[in-house]
Amino acid sequence: MTDEEINTEILLDHYRNPHNHGQIDDASEKLLEFNPVCGDTVQLTIKIDNDTVSDIKFIGRGCSVSQGSASMLTDKVKGMKIEEIKKINEEDIIRMLGLKLGPSREKCALLSLNALQKCIANHEKKAQGGN
Amino acid sequence: MRSWQQIKGDFPFFNESGKSLTFLDNAATTQKPKKVIDAIVDYYTRWNSNVHRGIYRLSEEATDHYEKARENIAGFIGSRDPRQLAFVRNATEALNLLAYSLGHGLQQGDEVLLTIMEHHSNIVPWQFLQEKGVKVKFADINPDGTLNMEDFQSKLTKKTRIVSATHCSNLLGTVNDAREMGKLAHDNGSIFILDAAQSVPHMPVDVHMLDCDFMAFSGHKMLGPMGIGGLYGKYELLNGLPPFNGGGEMIREVYTDHSTYADAPEKFEAGTPNVEGAVGLSAAVDYLKVIGMENVREHEKDLISYTFRKEEESGIVMLKSYGPKNPEIRGGIYTFNLGEISPMSLNDNLKNSDISIGSSIHPHDVASGLDMDDVAVRAGHHCAMPLTHRLNVVATSRASYYIYNFREDIDKLFESLERIRRLYA
Repeated sequence: MTDEEINTEILLDHYRNPHNHGQIDDASEKLLEFNPVCGDTVQLTIKIDNDTVSDIKFIGRGCSVSQGSASMLTDKVKGMKIEEIKKINEEDIIRMLGLKLGPSREKCALLSLNALQKCIANHEKKAQGGN
Repeated sequence: MRSWQQIKGDFPFFNESGKSLTFLDNAATTQKPKKVIDAIVDYYTRWNSNVHRGIYRLSEEATDHYEKARENIAGFIGSRDPRQLAFVRNATEALNLLAYSLGHGLQQGDEVLLTIMEHHSNIVPWQFLQEKGVKVKFADINPDGTLNMEDFQSKLTKKTRIVSATHCSNLLGTVNDAREMGKLAHDNGSIFILDAAQSVPHMPVDVHMLDCDFMAFSGHKMLGPMGIGGLYGKYELLNGLPPFNGGGEMIREVYTDHSTYADAPEKFEAGTPNVEGAVGLSAAVDYLKVIGMENVREHEKDLISYTFRKEEESGIVMLKSYGPKNPEIRGGIYTFNLGEISPMSLNDNLKNSDISIGSSIHPHDVASGLDMDDVAVRAGHHCAMPLTHRLNVVATSRASYYIYNFREDIDKLFESLERIRRLYA
């Protein structure tokens, strides 16, 4: 098996049996991110305690790349400091997947990262608001 | 007639590109036969100069090539007067031109009737007119993907100034009864426009028989180069339209305070035209004429009939396809899903019960999976988002055929679909 084939298998495994799937009832942030072109959707709920993502869950629908990468990303950031999460960029996600994706499929891969970064930004805005 | 296998041999893409690709994206664009490529090279090698008004002989020869191309292409769609054909970039530009120029004569409350199966290029230009209070209406489809003629007639009102409809849907493959639609439009006193981007390349199209007022088509979907297309119009109507782009070629006289315009078709051809494109498209028309458009149509009817047979035999339970199954009213376009995912909007909230992992394979995954097996199809909304949503899905996959496709390509498509189904099971 090539690396590409192994990584495809890993992604499909996450797609078929997603990790951190579901919703957190008392979430600090909830956000739905959606690509109107292909209909890929990811809805994140995250719990933030002491500037750390203590829990994160997702539900969604769409292709294996959008849903599989959401599963992998939620695994990666659970327990991570917000400051560390803010440093995760697009290349990190592509590297995490280890797949050669064309530009249109890259958008699928980045859907959950976009949702996560928006959640963090919303959280910080609220914190600055003095609540 | 030469065999279809011999015809495929005329296409360098399949023989010299080093790619062993099953190309099933012909509704998007087509490959080019050597004769078309040669015509373009020959033009630049021997005739290149700017057309019109050059006093030297070379410019006159270039003009001659350009105008002969116009005559040839106009004749191909059944026009008896080459002045009825304006060269444009593609069907999209032709439809934008019509919406802009016909739009000048529309007023608040006037209506434009389209069908729900239109390509975005026959929707968005008309929506621009909404700013001045023009209403855009859509005739619905029947469950089998044919046009709902009752709905069409009920939406055709005294206020309907323009009816603009596709001849063949780029998603459903439905071939509409253009003659009947045109008759209803004309009886109502409406202008009738036909978007023939998916019909002119695939079947005999005769503007006189169809009696459309205007018709739009693209060269690159019919073996010609990209960037050239045609706008046909009945001459009085075409010549009566205000111009679209201003500049050189389209004027008669220019003063500092006003200008007068050339007659159609030059009126609509501002700037240096795409002579290479016209010459290339003319060569494509010559090539198609030798094969015969009746034969092209029969070949595609055979391919779509064979596709439906394969679909039944495949036994893939989650496979669902769209559009009428009768090959007589169906182009060579096969649009399908492996399980359906319904559309949503940002205002929706996902529930746990919505999650459809496992029950359907997203068209992007289907197209990527087919690509692994060197089968090129398109996946998405095919520039027909209103229709895709009307079908209550986020996207579809589409295989579309042309003269260099055979039954073996369809066998390969279904083999690959079965592999994808197993992979995601």
